[in-house]
Amino acid sequence: MTLNISRFATAFCLTALVLAPVSAQNSSLRGTVEIDGSSTVYPISEAAASGFNKSYSNVKVNVGVSGTGGGFKRFTKGETDISDASRPIKDSEFAACKEAGVNFYELPVAYDGLTLVIHKENDWMDYLTLDEIKKIFTTEGGAKSWSDVRAGWPKSEIKIFAPGTDSGTFDYFKEVVVGKRETSLREDMSTSEDDNVLVTGVSGSPNAIGFFGVAYYEENKDKLKSVAVVNPSTGEKVSPTAETIEDGSYAPFSRPLFIYVNAKSFQRAEIRQFVAYYLTNAPKMAQQTGYVALPATIYREGMMRCRSQAKGVGTHYLTETMEKRGGAVTEVYKSENLVK
Amino acid sequence: MSSENRKDEIPSDGATANAGASGSRADKEKTLRGSDSRMATDRAFRRACVIIAGISVVILTFLLGSIVLQGLPSLSITLLTGTPEPEPSQAGAWPAIAGTVWVCTICALITLPIGIGTAVLIEEFRPKSRLGRRLLSLIQLNISNLAGVPSVVYGILGLTAFVSMFGLFGAAKNGEPAFEIGATYYDQFTNLASDPFLSMGIEDAEERYFLAPVAASSDPPTVPKSGMTMFEYIGETLEPVTINVVGAEDFPPTDPKELSLSVDGNSIPGRISEKAWYYFRLPFGRGVLAGALTLMLVILPVIIISSQEALRAVPSSLRDGARGLGATSWQVIWNITLPAASPGILTGSILAMSRAIGETAPILIIAGIVYIRNAPHHLMDSYTVLPLQIYNWTSRPQEEFHAIAAAGIVVLLVILLSFNAIAVILRQRMQNKVR
Repeated sequence: MTLNISRFATAFCLTALVLAPVSAQNSSLRGTVEIDGSSTVYPISEAAASGFNKSYSNVKVNVGVSGTGGGFKRFTKGETDISDASRPIKDSEFAACKEAGVNFYELPVAYDGLTLVIHKENDWMDYLTLDEIKKIFTTEGGAKSWSDVRAGWPKSEIKIFAPGTDSGTFDYFKEVVVGKRETSLREDMSTSEDDNVLVTGVSGSPNAIGFFGVAYYEENKDKLKSVAVVNPSTGEKVSPTAETIEDGSYAPFSRPLFIYVNAKSFQRAEIRQFVAYYLTNAPKMAQQTGYVALPATIYREGMMRCRSQAKGVGTHYLTETMEKRGGAVTEVYKSENLVK
Repeated sequence: MSSENRKDEIPSDGATANAGASGSRADKEKTLRGSDSRMATDRAFRRACVIIAGISVVILTFLLGSIVLQGLPSLSITLLTGTPEPEPSQAGAWPAIAGTVWVCTICALITLPIGIGTAVLIEEFRPKSRLGRRLLSLIQLNISNLAGVPSVVYGILGLTAFVSMFGLFGAAKNGEPAFEIGATYYDQFTNLASDPFLSMGIEDAEERYFLAPVAASSDPPTVPKSGMTMFEYIGETLEPVTINVVGAEDFPPTDPKELSLSVDGNSIPGRISEKAWYYFRLPFGRGVLAGALTLMLVILPVIIISSQEALRAVPSSLRDGARGLGATSWQVIWNITLPAASPGILTGSILAMSRAIGETAPILIIAGIVYIRNAPHHLMDSYTVLPLQIYNWTSRPQEEFHAIAAAGIVVLLVILLSFNAIAVILRQRMQNKVR
């Protein structure tokens, strides 16, 4: 299956790839690209589909929003070509893929910064530490009023607005805050699948706190305030901005977003063209849709995974023993971490 | 009214209430004496009715007004004819509008005959045996219960029953059909210049794609050979071309024209398919038909129950008269009962169809697509519906999308009202005919 093009040509190829040949209108390419998965990644995939169709008008690109888990369910059955995911693949989903003989390329496409937001007029909360966040959001922490969280804060009741439990956003937050421990997130949060409801909720009550993707915060800056989070490793208070998310200092709440491409589908010309378009335009599209572009090296690594064909399939986020691998995307997304 | 009044007043006059004949005079006096308060209650009740009706009208007007005000500025030709785009100003809902019309039309065509037929069976052909009656009352009970089931549940049912058909055709692996007609399969080859992962960086080589027809979807991939005739889409027509194969060890030709006709010898083609307008497959997959059938489940109970009510309201003297003249059951039903009941049946159908048009949850489960650029072309084609598109727009962070969503709601209302208008006109005609 390897391509025996001469070494010179390979090098040439690679440069051409990275330079992103955005081709002119071509109507002779046919086929269908089926995408499903996370609603967080959806805006980027929509932008890709729309832009791609300007060049290849006769390729049908369908994008669904079944959620990260729902998308993987269809992906592992081979029903979709690409799965949008706002978290890396889980061990159970990876096992299902293996069982069904579905191989995939794991491609990070953007950063999302989970943003903790409070009411515009809340002037007493300046920052939160991870421990304080645990006190607020977990059953174990069990803080009822703000004065339980930090001395000197008002005695008023804590109101929490959170994304729905099916969303990758909720999963990610839970993983960061709760981790593997027995305890779980509080049950008495107001949850909604619609982030705009959370925006309205938090902006309507002075004692509320909520969290969602940075894109929603960017669009609603006039109604809400973001809270700086203390980076556990450096001890600095960091607010979520494009810079802090990109350089990794906004930790632990910045997360990469992924697309998973079925390796068998990837043999089809329309999928190859689409993925190439996606990866080369991802930085621009991420910015356009309110997310943060990944470092250019990550996109190049992604291209390399696709190029190396059978050697590039698998996940970077699980170890050989199916343990979760965590950390910054620049640390994890390396070929030595690839597990088939 | 008056009986209610009496009920209120009698207990206050405890002794007379139980006092038989002597009480009746006192009662009469009481009601006459109390006529002022009786009238006052009457007026109060009427006022309460007006206020309650007024509140719902005001709320409705307020909702419609705010939606129209919000939506009108973004209502444009682009919204009606365009495709969903990430840029709010260019976003349109044409595929969703077409999808809604497709799904609802098919749904109506399937549901109305089944629904009305069931109602006719239950109302007009009452079984005489005890077992038959039991069975019928069981069916009746089921129908009434089904009317109250949340539509999400029907979505899940539709997913197993229609999309995958209980896996009867083998676990539909990779979502591929077990049986199909109307599909043509091709192996799509790329020339050396067109594949970004194979691109040799030769700028002046044209990007081309060649199709090699294959007989069945399960055939092994075509192996390209030099001099082989393949096809290429020029616009919408397939033109034959002779291709040239470059082996693994060969250097690609330098002549741009020859290069553009060159295919890599090791390349694995992509299997694609073109579907005719009559394309049909089993299991149905996530297509228009599966959507229409699922919506059928949602609205069928409503249609059956309302048709039953309408049939029951037809005076039995009409039926008896026809029978007396020697008409068969079929003649009675087709010429007498159904025309007489049709206004009522149509009213029920209007309400049911309005529900189907606005339904989001089951469609989200069985279609799940929110970005699609094409209107459906055949019964098995992927689709999205307007409520889903609106839902997607309202959940976006950008304020502009919310305005477009409002405009989408206006479009949905217009579609809904025009569906209803057709039914109202039909009803009017039939009513005149019956008279």
